[in-house]
Amino acid sequence: MKTTHIIILVLIAASIAVLVQYSGDLTTYETIASAREKEGKHVNLIAKIDKGHPIEYDAAKNPNYLSFTAVDTLGNSIKVVYHDAKPTDMEKSERLVLKGAVKDGYFDCKNILLKCPSKYKDDPNAMKNQLQTSN
Amino acid sequence: MNYIGEHLLPGQIGHFFAVLSLVASLLATIAFFKASRLNSPLEQQPWMKLARWAHGFVTISILAMFGILYYIISNHLFEYKYAYTHSDRSLQAEYLLSCFWEGQEGSFMLWSFWNCLLGWMVIRTAGKWEAGVMSVLSFTQVTLATMILGVYFFDVKVGSGPFVLLRNEMDAPIFSRPEYLSFIKDGTGLNTLLQNYWMVIHPPILFLGFASTVVPFAYAIAGLMGKDHEWTKPALPWASFSAAALGLGIMMGAAWAYESLSFGGYWAWDPVENASLVPWLTLVAGLHTNLVYKNSGYSLRPTYFFYIISFILILYSTFLTRSGVLGDTSVHAFTDLGMNTQLLLFLLVFLIPSLVLFFIRYKSIPSIVKEENTNSREFWMFIGSLILFLAGAVIIAKTSTPVWNKLFGTNIAPPEDPEFAYNQIQVFVAILIGMLTAVTQYFKYKDTPKAHFRKILVPTVIALAISLAISFFGHISYDKKGIGFLGAIHVAIFAAVYAIVANSAYLWLGLKGKLKAAGATVAHIGFGMVLLGILISSAKKTVLSWNTTGVSPLRVEEGGKPNPAGNPAENLTLFKGVATDMGRYMVTYVKDTTNPLDRKRYFEIDFTSKAGNDHFRLYPDVIKNNKGMEGFAANPAARHYWDKDIFVYITSFQENRSADTVTFKNREVKVHDTLFYGNGMMILNKVSVNPKEKKHLYADDETSLFLDMTVISKEGRFYTANPGIALKGQELRTITDTVLSQSLILKFNKVIDQASGKLEIGVKETGNITDLLTLKVYEFPMINILWLGIVVMVVGLIMSIVQRVKKTGGKNTAAV
Repeated sequence: MKTTHIIILVLIAASIAVLVQYSGDLTTYETIASAREKEGKHVNLIAKIDKGHPIEYDAAKNPNYLSFTAVDTLGNSIKVVYHDAKPTDMEKSERLVLKGAVKDGYFDCKNILLKCPSKYKDDPNAMKNQLQTSN
Repeated sequence: MNYIGEHLLPGQIGHFFAVLSLVASLLATIAFFKASRLNSPLEQQPWMKLARWAHGFVTISILAMFGILYYIISNHLFEYKYAYTHSDRSLQAEYLLSCFWEGQEGSFMLWSFWNCLLGWMVIRTAGKWEAGVMSVLSFTQVTLATMILGVYFFDVKVGSGPFVLLRNEMDAPIFSRPEYLSFIKDGTGLNTLLQNYWMVIHPPILFLGFASTVVPFAYAIAGLMGKDHEWTKPALPWASFSAAALGLGIMMGAAWAYESLSFGGYWAWDPVENASLVPWLTLVAGLHTNLVYKNSGYSLRPTYFFYIISFILILYSTFLTRSGVLGDTSVHAFTDLGMNTQLLLFLLVFLIPSLVLFFIRYKSIPSIVKEENTNSREFWMFIGSLILFLAGAVIIAKTSTPVWNKLFGTNIAPPEDPEFAYNQIQVFVAILIGMLTAVTQYFKYKDTPKAHFRKILVPTVIALAISLAISFFGHISYDKKGIGFLGAIHVAIFAAVYAIVANSAYLWLGLKGKLKAAGATVAHIGFGMVLLGILISSAKKTVLSWNTTGVSPLRVEEGGKPNPAGNPAENLTLFKGVATDMGRYMVTYVKDTTNPLDRKRYFEIDFTSKAGNDHFRLYPDVIKNNKGMEGFAANPAARHYWDKDIFVYITSFQENRSADTVTFKNREVKVHDTLFYGNGMMILNKVSVNPKEKKHLYADDETSLFLDMTVISKEGRFYTANPGIALKGQELRTITDTVLSQSLILKFNKVIDQASGKLEIGVKETGNITDLLTLKVYEFPMINILWLGIVVMVVGLIMSIVQRVKKTGGKNTAAV
């Protein structure tokens, strides 16, 4: 066998090993109920803000503490704590992807992904609403 | 119904040109293809003439469409959906062009435009390859034209037209009224994040990079079809050009992210970023195997493969970013326009035939049976290309998890720390590629005499010395991910330094200062600088706004439990006019102003270093979101030094515009008494007459009394407050004191009874007494090496293009 072939095989094996290792690091999308069952495990939660509860954020007291209640499509809700500044357009976002883990009954959130601004722009419903309000 | 006030003519003309561009590009494809199958120039001539004319019509159509769309946007004709959704009246003129690439239709037009222009360059330079290359390029034009066609064929919508009318695209009651336009006063505007100068320049360059990958691809396909492998010579400068344009475009996007997006950096391994990086990696791999083939006869098959796959990956990235499949994993992708099938076809119509052709012809592609000598340059160049390709394959596999979910109905999401998942692998790629970049030029093609290796000794020692100096004195202590990763960073820094030093030395040792031939070497120096800049700026990125002030006592939040390690506490609160302690600096939120031109609100933040040797002001801003969204988008600001950037952005702000209706409540108090307020208590420690430390608050001829009070908040923070009075004859002046973070104002009213020591103070608790903001401040050291490295790399690539065109260009054109 040629040296080149050996090196090619070694490198391909290394790439596959890397991907296998990566697949072990992958996480899952969960509902609130299933996330509660996997307490302490890092999961991705797709949820909305429960408008019935206040969003707690007071930069004067602590700029690194945000707390709100998230509700998923199944109607379950959970308190979310996020140790960072409140994302500015959070209230308006239709959907949030919350990354973190359930801890002591609340969701300890490491990262919040809002539905991106550039994604709303062609959303026909949002546009329709705007057309109607400008009417 | 007759609608009032509509301008239908521009749209009709635009639509005509959209159809014309499709018809003309079809004609061009057929004619070029026909010509490529003929052997004698005499027979070719009429087909070529026809094909070039057709290409001319395509070009005119695209330019006309551009002009018309520009007219529609700049004249605010909101009856057109494109103008309504992507612009508004208040948009600054310099961003009118940005509207083109906010929408899918406009960005496909941009791609078409570059494709046409590149076509003319090919026609000028390709010589005997013109027909073959142009038939592939024209076919690309056909597929691009269908993307913006916007025509229904048997109820199937083909493409999304840029000239469609709002009323035809949407169902809303107002469209049943003839005067509906008078209700649509303004468009929904250009996304605020795109209102940035980088966004004017980055998409055109990036799309030039995208579009240009078709040329090496087309050369390869033409070569496969004609079983003629000489195309590798004229394709070389094109591959260099593509690498330069795509690389520059990607990094301009990084600069935009750095300057205008507030995720605190220039690279986030976002799927959109990855999808354009990977074709660059494979293209660079192809460029190197192409050179190997030219100089040694090896690696022709990989060259075919890399050039083909680079263009396919561009199409794949188009599919990823435009189909909406990325959904929750990316922060910036286009919206789904319901063209997924068409986008998939766009990918498959190139992917399947080109790979089938490649495999059919595989055996007939010449390859040398004898193995490369491990002492040869071609051997190591091939290994480097292979590593680049596999690194790209790993990245694109990771990026494709959403596609995987769609295909197999699985439910997998990115890992907990997605950036690290990439970094921990790519740091080793950086080590290997850095090393190879350093040493490979010192090898000679075919075989390298042993004595030749001595040349590399001096650069190796110098690089080792420099990188050890960086390692020991550079305070690179990125220990968040363990000692192994930190070790890898140090090795990678050596590899990057080695690449820079060895290639710089090669300018003299290998090329004897012949700058004309130095293109590749210069590009490699640039690449090494890019690596070094990335490594140092990311490993040494420090949070300056680490919250250590009294405002956010992390150690006592959440019921007195200590804050778990690793929680981000990077936001610092600043109260207007109050200097706040932030590590090496005292920072003050001085004021904010709104610029009516760009509708941004600029915050003036004053930085004074405690050492007293530095003082500057930064103006991060926020811009109100449009498109029916609440909230603001923040744009960072940075102070640039030669060796670092101080980078700041606003994470939130509150202003107190409501009238101050709360009044002082008067309370009686004696020394050592305790009073309660809403959020805690306060103790009066003592009263002092004319205290020296308050000298600046009263005049010389005044007599003053100051209270020394301690305010203790519920959270357990201590603040001192010193309200006072100053007396001059019968005139009494009160000097209030404020505890801003407690929204507390204290006033010393009077002495009630001197004998018993009874005093009266006024206590005012307001909701918010001042404007405040929270911000994050980062320090990025050595980031300028990264930006400079890009420039050097692009300059190097351009140098090598010039050199090659000079060598080969004349011969090819003469062949026509």
